[in-house]
Amino acid sequence: MQSLKKILLGEQGLVVIFALAFVLVSITVPNFLTERNMLGLLQSVVTIGIVSCTMMFCLASRDFDLSVGSTVAFSGMVAVMASNSTGSILLGLLAAITCGAIVGVINGVVIARFRINALITTLATMQIVRGFALISSDGRAVGINDPAFYDLALTRILGVPAPVWVMGLFFVLFGFVLNRTVFGKNTLAIGGNPEAARLAGVNVVTMRIWIFALQGLVCGVAGILLASRITSGQPNAATGLELSVISACVLGGVSLAGGRAAMTGVIVGVLIMGIAENVMNLLNIQAFYQYVVRGMILLLAVLLDNLRVSAATMSRR
Amino acid sequence: MSKGYPGVQALADVSFGVARGAVHGLMGENGAGKSTLIRLLSGDQRADAGDILIDGTVQTYASVRDAFEAGVIVIHQELQLVPELTVAENLWLGRFPARAGVLDRKRLLSEVGARLRDVGIDVNPSAKVASLSIGERQMVEIAKAVMLDARVIALDEPTSSLSSKESEILFSLIARLKARGTVILYVSHRLDEVFRLCDSLTVLRDGKLAAHHPDLSRVTRDQVISEMVGREITNIWGYRSRLHGEVRLKVENLSGERLPRPIDFEVRAGEILGFFGLIGAGRSEMTRLLFGADSRRTGRVVIDGQAVAPDSPPASIRAGLVLCPEDRKHDGIIQGRSVEENIAISARRLFSPFGLVHPRKEAELADRFIGQLRIRTPSRQQDIVHLSGGNQQKVILGRWLAEAGVRVLVIDEPTRGIDVGAKSEIYALLYDLAAAGMAIVVISSELPEVMGITDRIQVMCGGQITRQFERAAYDEREILSAAFPDTRQSRP
Repeated sequence: MQSLKKILLGEQGLVVIFALAFVLVSITVPNFLTERNMLGLLQSVVTIGIVSCTMMFCLASRDFDLSVGSTVAFSGMVAVMASNSTGSILLGLLAAITCGAIVGVINGVVIARFRINALITTLATMQIVRGFALISSDGRAVGINDPAFYDLALTRILGVPAPVWVMGLFFVLFGFVLNRTVFGKNTLAIGGNPEAARLAGVNVVTMRIWIFALQGLVCGVAGILLASRITSGQPNAATGLELSVISACVLGGVSLAGGRAAMTGVIVGVLIMGIAENVMNLLNIQAFYQYVVRGMILLLAVLLDNLRVSAATMSRR
Repeated sequence: MSKGYPGVQALADVSFGVARGAVHGLMGENGAGKSTLIRLLSGDQRADAGDILIDGTVQTYASVRDAFEAGVIVIHQELQLVPELTVAENLWLGRFPARAGVLDRKRLLSEVGARLRDVGIDVNPSAKVASLSIGERQMVEIAKAVMLDARVIALDEPTSSLSSKESEILFSLIARLKARGTVILYVSHRLDEVFRLCDSLTVLRDGKLAAHHPDLSRVTRDQVISEMVGREITNIWGYRSRLHGEVRLKVENLSGERLPRPIDFEVRAGEILGFFGLIGAGRSEMTRLLFGADSRRTGRVVIDGQAVAPDSPPASIRAGLVLCPEDRKHDGIIQGRSVEENIAISARRLFSPFGLVHPRKEAELADRFIGQLRIRTPSRQQDIVHLSGGNQQKVILGRWLAEAGVRVLVIDEPTRGIDVGAKSEIYALLYDLAAAGMAIVVISSELPEVMGITDRIQVMCGGQITRQFERAAYDEREILSAAFPDTRQSRP
């Protein structure tokens, strides 16, 4: 009993719980553990997974970004519309990524340089950018002219769709950035104590702008892949994405108070969100219930985290 | 009383008694068990064994509320008042006088006014707590204890954030409470205060009772110090003189928003310059401008003949000017990160090509300074918040010593909240660094410390340097008088 508690509340508790849940679901839910379903599951979490990578940095540095959903939709629109009008997919992609990064830089400058609260700033840009997405096409979906654009989502490498590869690549890349670069270490230091980090020589303002810029840029990539998968630019795409992404990060043990984050945790958080949804679909549970379940998973995860922190402090004293 | 936590016996079979109307001191180094004892007393935690007796009756309580009922009130360093409420509201908090749920505003104010006058506390009951000074807030806390008819009031480091004037007011209040028969438990690091206020004293060491002195007048300070440390410390300053070299740091015309009148001074290589002044004299404002933590309005900082770019901590660090800040918790340590990361945060840029960190080198760096500075931590991976104040200060020193070319070290309140043993280690380190040619600026509000360890003192008052003293001419009274605003007026 004691040792079970130790494992569940330990550093790798979430991974253990995830593994147990995975085994349980594989046994009990029919058609879950099939190649087709697994690939579908992974494909369904690509957007959340990609955006979670940079949201992790945002949260770890004590910031917050609500504008990700809008930015994904907007850059998807830009990708489609720019490709259509220039006839070059590459230009479309570049335009989308640039637009995403610009939104990020604006967020970062307003928050870091002008010291406006991140919640308020990104709440504002969330609406502004969503507005841009709607204005750009008069609220309508925009079809893709060049079928080569679909290939982005359809191409398979070793049987696995390209977007899943991109997500995997991002997981590895940002895991490396977090743990093995000065950028990652400084992000965590800023989250731990911004003023102390500044006095220790970390350029906090520049760092925060970079984090938001990266976040926007990554949203651009997610927007492109999403547009390719749904074969059009949808101004209403990815609504509520910000909440799913933050949930996945928190599930993965990223502290909203900053200073604590791990890539493996975030990956597990993303997969838990995906599995919950997937299983509910397989069991034909009505979509309305899925909101309830998602909310409950998040609550449980936070409670577990709370238990873990208090267990850790108890054993230290 | 005994209390253990997993892995530590924080308090082992400690017993002592205090007479009615006595002020009883409680001393010990950090980690000696004082905080644990206070926590048990306040009802915040329960003892594994042992009893608290008041007037011969065993008190059993399981919560802070029960302790209140029993008449035991602990006043913590971090005050427990609601800033947005008024003094009167704070005093009634938890048991507002009301009729059918409607606040009885008249009684709320009148009764408080009477109680405040009773103990001689001069605070307006309808003032918001947020508008009061720290000293006044503390008075309100004590008034709260009096309102609850406290029989025992424990004060945990009450003067740590008070000016000397505010401390005096506190001391006279303590005397009045004592006359009413209240038992005062006085927890402090400051020997002067304990010897001045207390009738009796208990010294704790490593969770055990090191000494109990029913009559403090028969005991010497040195004796208490050695009881705390467990070894003889003859002279905690251990001052060593050195030769001074060329001028290393030159500060010209330095001013900023919170330090409007420009300041000039110089420090030589190998010299330890002290800044002394009362709270609000502008010392810490000066250090922040010097380091580039706040924006300068005017001024130049020159190190070895080269000007340092203003307003930028990174530029200062690269030029070899570093700061150990006054408020370690807020400005110094990175909470939630390891000792290793706290050491490597700045110097890692020296060995991280293309921004890629080098885990092995960081570990070596951390181990080197943990060894060299004798930082007591279970491992370099330990979260820094779990270290004692002295060890946290050493980590921050390690952070700067890891920088290859530190030429000027500015250290603000080097030993605030640090126990005696770690203090002398930090002083010894400062002498070593100075002897190696560093210019050191020490800012402190503890006069004995400034006099004990520096070669020269600049006294600040009202944002200006009022006087300078060479070590040979140190005189406690003159330094103090230069620090007080009123006496300064009469000086030409």
